[in-house]
Amino acid sequence: MILPPRMRPVVAAFAGTMLFAWIVGQQELWASVLGSLFPESARPVYPAATVAELTMQHLRLVGISSGLTLLVGIPLGMWVTRPSGADFREIVSAAVDFGQTFPPVAVLALMMPILGFGLWPAVVALFLYGMFPVVSNTVAGLEAVPRTVIDAARGMGMDRARILFTVEMPLAARIIMAGVRTSVVINIGTATVAAAVGAGGLGDPIIGGISVQNMAYVLQGATAAALLAVVADGLLAGAERLLTPRGLEA
Amino acid sequence: MITLRDVTKRYGEVTAVDGVSFEVPSGEVCVLIGPSGCGKTTTLRMINRLIEPTSGSIEIDGQDVMSVRPEELRRHIGYVIQSVGLFPHLTVAENVATVPKLLGWERRRYEPKVRELLGIVGLPPAEYADKYPRQLSGGQAQRVGVARALVADPPLLLMDEPFGAVDPLTRERLQAEFVRIQRELKKTVIFVTHDVDEAIKLADRIALMRSGNLEQYDTPETLLDHPASKFVHDFMGSDRALKRLGRARVANVMRTVESTTGGARSVVAEACGGSRFVYLTDERGVLEGWVDCKVLDAGTPPEEAGTTVDWHEAAVHPETTLKDALSRMLGFGFRNVAVVDADGRLVGEVSLAAIEGTMADADTHIANLEEGEVLGAIPEESPAERDELT
Ligand SMILES: Nc1ncnc2c1ncn2[C@@H]1O[C@H](COP(=O)(O)OP(=O)(O)OP(=O)(O)O)[C@@H](O)[C@H]1O
Ligand SMILES: [Mg+2]
Repeated sequence: MILPPRMRPVVAAFAGTMLFAWIVGQQELWASVLGSLFPESARPVYPAATVAELTMQHLRLVGISSGLTLLVGIPLGMWVTRPSGADFREIVSAAVDFGQTFPPVAVLALMMPILGFGLWPAVVALFLYGMFPVVSNTVAGLEAVPRTVIDAARGMGMDRARILFTVEMPLAARIIMAGVRTSVVINIGTATVAAAVGAGGLGDPIIGGISVQNMAYVLQGATAAALLAVVADGLLAGAERLLTPRGLEA
Repeated sequence: MITLRDVTKRYGEVTAVDGVSFEVPSGEVCVLIGPSGCGKTTTLRMINRLIEPTSGSIEIDGQDVMSVRPEELRRHIGYVIQSVGLFPHLTVAENVATVPKLLGWERRRYEPKVRELLGIVGLPPAEYADKYPRQLSGGQAQRVGVARALVADPPLLLMDEPFGAVDPLTRERLQAEFVRIQRELKKTVIFVTHDVDEAIKLADRIALMRSGNLEQYDTPETLLDHPASKFVHDFMGSDRALKRLGRARVANVMRTVESTTGGARSVVAEACGGSRFVYLTDERGVLEGWVDCKVLDAGTPPEEAGTTVDWHEAAVHPETTLKDALSRMLGFGFRNVAVVDADGRLVGEVSLAAIEGTMADADTHIANLEEGEVLGAIPEESPAERDELT
């Protein structure tokens, strides 16, 4: 069977995801590989939780924070490109820009007194950090819709909401999805820092490994996080392809 | 009927349209023309309320446009723009179905209509319905734009330089098609252009604007013969005899011709009869070329005495203006040009002599010619009435 071109990246990403899920579940495999890489280490594998457990924690953290980023970032980008939000456009872009340049570790430190230890300060830090690509790509995608297309739509009697959802968003989908992809992939890497405030995830073996000077733990956490990022990138690339209207495919 | 009363649009200090009033009777084509920035687009867009007038009123069939919700109003007015503005993410058929969907039509109601309209604008639905805009040429995209504006059968059509962005030959074809479609559908059309020849060719009435004001509103003939001001005179141009040819259609002066589908010498020779040339067509009557009977008489085989042509290039249509027919003849260096219908079937020919006849008789109002009417029967106007400005 020959796959249509737009399905190929999706199928490849699914295959990659399956492979990743299998690798994550093989605790003995991690033990033997890390054991052979660090023969002098008595305990080459992080003992407090399995790779599968750490990955699930990591996914929860990324899922909640990226989910919030999209839920807030995309509507925010839509709003500042409407006449009603145009006045806030500069403020919003300055704010999300600042959100990205402000180091997440510092956000964590600032959030701790307010939100304490655990998942929530990490979610807030990651949520803010991931906003920039989502908001700026939403704005860029909507701005790239030709004025003449919108003019024709108005001239035919579409109202603003209909133009936004049936014309502008489909035409901007590819650019918006590229922003989502960047945001999520960055988030997966940055989320390892969240272990510092006890949010768990794949940052645990990294931070734990640094404190007990066990480089095997660090490699374990970093490898799993990197693989997760690659898989997420592939899945989102597939989604990007599927959400790109056929009429826009080169 | 469209009525504009003292319509004004100001942008701060700038007055884009300044107290314009005119009336377009139903079924007529009104061409808005004038130099760049004179307020044509602004005037047009106030009619479907894409722009709100500062003062004045606009009525469509007696109803004030301000009394209708803008979206509702626009769904009943066709709108075509130079940049077309097709939705790139939708197929040709989906683009054309936009307004019917907005009007809540069911698929089984609009689908046949979409296909019919694609056919009318010369894009066979079997070939084009599922294409995407990026797969179309500029001329094809513009046809889709016209189909999209017409599909819900609006009584009024607003067109802003619809043929401005295509090459001259394509423009000429689109104009001829516009004339053909308009003859059939009888829409009230307001058409913006800054091409005088296009205005003369298409208009029932021309509204000539100048920096927000309406300079003159009348038939093309009157603008040519009795310009209200030096500005109008200069804008319409000095080659008025030639411009008038832009008002006359080939249909008015063409004559029937001999043609044959035969290849055999005897058949062609018989078709020649007394005439110098005989046209060759296929079984369906589509023009394929012609034979020079003189050469044939001299004993050459018919295949060699013939010229094969592509009717798209070498023929004109009954709707073609005499001006375009003349330029075609001059371009090819022929004294006659074949006339074919929209499908390329030979219907007659038009000669240089016939065109000269109408030019020599420059006082005649060629546009008033009914099909088949004899040139000499046109009432003459006294020469003194012309050229009052020169
Ligand atoms: N939104 C606007 N704000 C300020 N001035 C405007 C605006 N829209 C149009 N104008 C001005 O109004 C005048 C008329 O513009 P309009 O677009 O109607 O001209 P036009 O006759 O269609 O010109 P063109 O042939 O170049 O398309 C111009 O001087 C233009 O600069
Ligand atoms: Mg204009």
